[in-house]
Amino acid sequence: MNEVLKAENLQVFYVLETLGEKRIAKAVHGVNLQIPGNEVYGIAGESGCGKTTLLKVLFANIEPPLRAFEGRVYYCVNDKYIDAFSLSAREKRELRWTYISYIPQGSMSAFNPVKKLKVTFLDFLESHVRGKDREELLSLTNHHLKTLGLSPRILDAYPHQLSGGMRQRVAIALSTLLKPRIILADEPTTALDVVAQRAVLQLMQDVQKELQNTIVLVTHDMGIHANIATRMAIMYAGKIMEEGSTEDIFNHPLHPYTQYLIHSLPKIGDKTPRESAPGSPPSLVEPPPGCLFHPRCPQAFPLCSQEVPELVRVNIDHKVACFLRGNNRASCS
Amino acid sequence: MPVVLEVKDLTKIFSLGSLFSRLRIKAVDQISFTVKPAEIFTLAGESGCGKTTTARMILGFEPPTSGEIRYQNRKIEEFQDKKAWFKEVQAVFQNPFETFNPLRKVECYFFETIHNYQLDKEGRKASVLIEEKLQQVGLSLSEIAGKYPGELSGGQLQRASIARSLLTNPFLLVADEPVSMVDASLRMSIVNLFRKLRDSLEVSVIYITHDLATAYYVSDRIGIMFRGNIVETGSVEEVLGKPKHPYTQLLLESIPKPDPQERYKTSITFLEEKEEYLRSGCKFAGRCPEVQEICKQKAPEDISVNGVVVKCHKYIK
Ligand SMILES: Nc1ncnc2c1ncn2[C@@H]1O[C@H](COP(=O)(O)OP(=O)(O)OP(=O)(O)O)[C@@H](O)[C@H]1O
Ligand SMILES: Nc1ncnc2c1ncn2[C@@H]1O[C@H](COP(=O)(O)OP(=O)(O)OP(=O)(O)O)[C@@H](O)[C@H]1O
Ligand code: SF4
Ligand SMILES: [Mg+2]
Ligand SMILES: [Mg+2]
Repeated sequence: MNEVLKAENLQVFYVLETLGEKRIAKAVHGVNLQIPGNEVYGIAGESGCGKTTLLKVLFANIEPPLRAFEGRVYYCVNDKYIDAFSLSAREKRELRWTYISYIPQGSMSAFNPVKKLKVTFLDFLESHVRGKDREELLSLTNHHLKTLGLSPRILDAYPHQLSGGMRQRVAIALSTLLKPRIILADEPTTALDVVAQRAVLQLMQDVQKELQNTIVLVTHDMGIHANIATRMAIMYAGKIMEEGSTEDIFNHPLHPYTQYLIHSLPKIGDKTPRESAPGSPPSLVEPPPGCLFHPRCPQAFPLCSQEVPELVRVNIDHKVACFLRGNNRASCS
Repeated sequence: MPVVLEVKDLTKIFSLGSLFSRLRIKAVDQISFTVKPAEIFTLAGESGCGKTTTARMILGFEPPTSGEIRYQNRKIEEFQDKKAWFKEVQAVFQNPFETFNPLRKVECYFFETIHNYQLDKEGRKASVLIEEKLQQVGLSLSEIAGKYPGELSGGQLQRASIARSLLTNPFLLVADEPVSMVDASLRMSIVNLFRKLRDSLEVSVIYITHDLATAYYVSDRIGIMFRGNIVETGSVEEVLGKPKHPYTQLLLESIPKPDPQERYKTSITFLEEKEEYLRSGCKFAGRCPEVQEICKQKAPEDISVNGVVVKCHKYIK
């Protein structure tokens, strides 16, 4: 078994009721994923396309107004696939941080501001590790920080005494303390400057090499994906539009949306005016018919507004959902 | 040569720590630059290098420890009428969700600004004026009417915040990291807007960012800040095209390129900012690949190299 994480036909929507009126936002809309072990798996897409929601679903953390209408998530634990949605609360707790960790968006601002980091670390460990006293736990923590090239001295700091980049690295260190097989990281570098970003990526790479595990990295920054992801998925309006190795995605992007994502980036040395994509991302409440990208697609033709292209394999290791790349009609949306 | 803004030897010292340990950091350390009419000047540098502190002093939110800021040739302290001043100098902040109160409709801010500055006295209806500014940023009154901040996307909200700052027809816009929260396509729409404001309305912009790619794309001149100093300044083509200071080189090399063939090849050292602020010689000496003995002892002075001003011993002969 090669995949550590699988998702099948996820239909997970926000159900919003205001003044007796029901609105459904299709944030994760028919997603299938096979995420292999020992990879950095990138998920890219514009703001609001459902990346954070997808990670919550993969973490089996679905709370109202979010509701799963269909689909399954499987974890590969001890060579057996288990259905993550059917786990009891206790079973979930046992897997969290030891099998799967989640670094939420903005987690670097989530540390308890009135506690020293040492206390945060020890509280965390005490609730997850049995049969060790505080001294042992502290030395485990010190050792872990040292392997990651961080000074154990930071444990004596309060969160506000550290820069954003350092706090983010501490958040990563905390989430990897129990050597999870999967780390879900949501925008870990966003809002950091390029040097701090680079330090965070360096740390994630070190962690991945050391643990030989899988990092699922969500960010809208294509430069970050190019730098660290080994495989990636491109998400648009709740759907996966393209999936493949990072090299294929950047060197031979097949979906017009992916091509746009890569080519719209400004480059140093080039001041020629660049236009941002025409139109804006579609409504998840009333998505357009057919291909969700067709209203903004420069290559759309009549079929695109009528039928939904399915995500199909077009090359050995490269999948895309676009009518230009094969006659792949889905029977229903 | 007319100048919109002139900053001279501007310094801000913060005292940190308890009463007994007197730790003083020069968050902004004798920086000087000018902004000309219809020019976009970028201040770039990593987190904690003093960008926001500089912006806050220019906007009059923070008194400088020393140094001088002149707007249209007058010291800013001379502007007694704060309202008249803010009519000409407007600010855009990083997080649009903090600019707007979540419990107030976005349009209220527009009508409030019009009322405060009595902009509808000139015989034009408020809604016409608002519509005009929203159109300039690619929005319309019907798109924001009745909506609360949470009902707009981050990019829409940021553009609304810029539209509001345009209501008074300012000469100078101080934009502190206006794009760091938004994704690439919205980034382009915002920086394109700055280009348009400069080219068609002759607005000057101080663009504060750590995104060097958009900085290159929009700005005319740039100052690279490091721990309170401007370490390199000149035309954006020179500074980012042929970087001279080792720190500018590090920044450029750290931009993640959207090309898997160009991954980072070396690793970097990451030092905490306080440690670097308190360094006596060149503040970059702790991480500089070209550090010499003198760098650790003596702070380098400004030196002009091919039209660019650099603060580095490497160029001092
Ligand atoms: N709690 C919620 N209730 C209702 N709608 C929500 C909620 N959280 C998110 N949404 C909506 O679901 C969609 C997907 O949001 P999500 O946060 O997953 O996007 P994202 O891709 O992570 O965006 P970003 O890049 O801005 O973080 C958006 O349209 C958002 O407005
Ligand atoms: N009110 C304050 N009191 C004490 N120190 C401060 C204060 N404001 C800023 N500083 C310190 O001054 C330095 C410069 O901060 P500033 O916010 O200007 O940096 P910045 O370049 O805007 O950073 P960022 O990219 O994180 O916004 C930092 O070390 C910061 O911690
Ligand atoms: S002065 Fe010295 S340490 Fe500072 S940047 Fe130049 S070479 Fe490097
Ligand atoms: Mg998100
Ligand atoms: Mg700032």
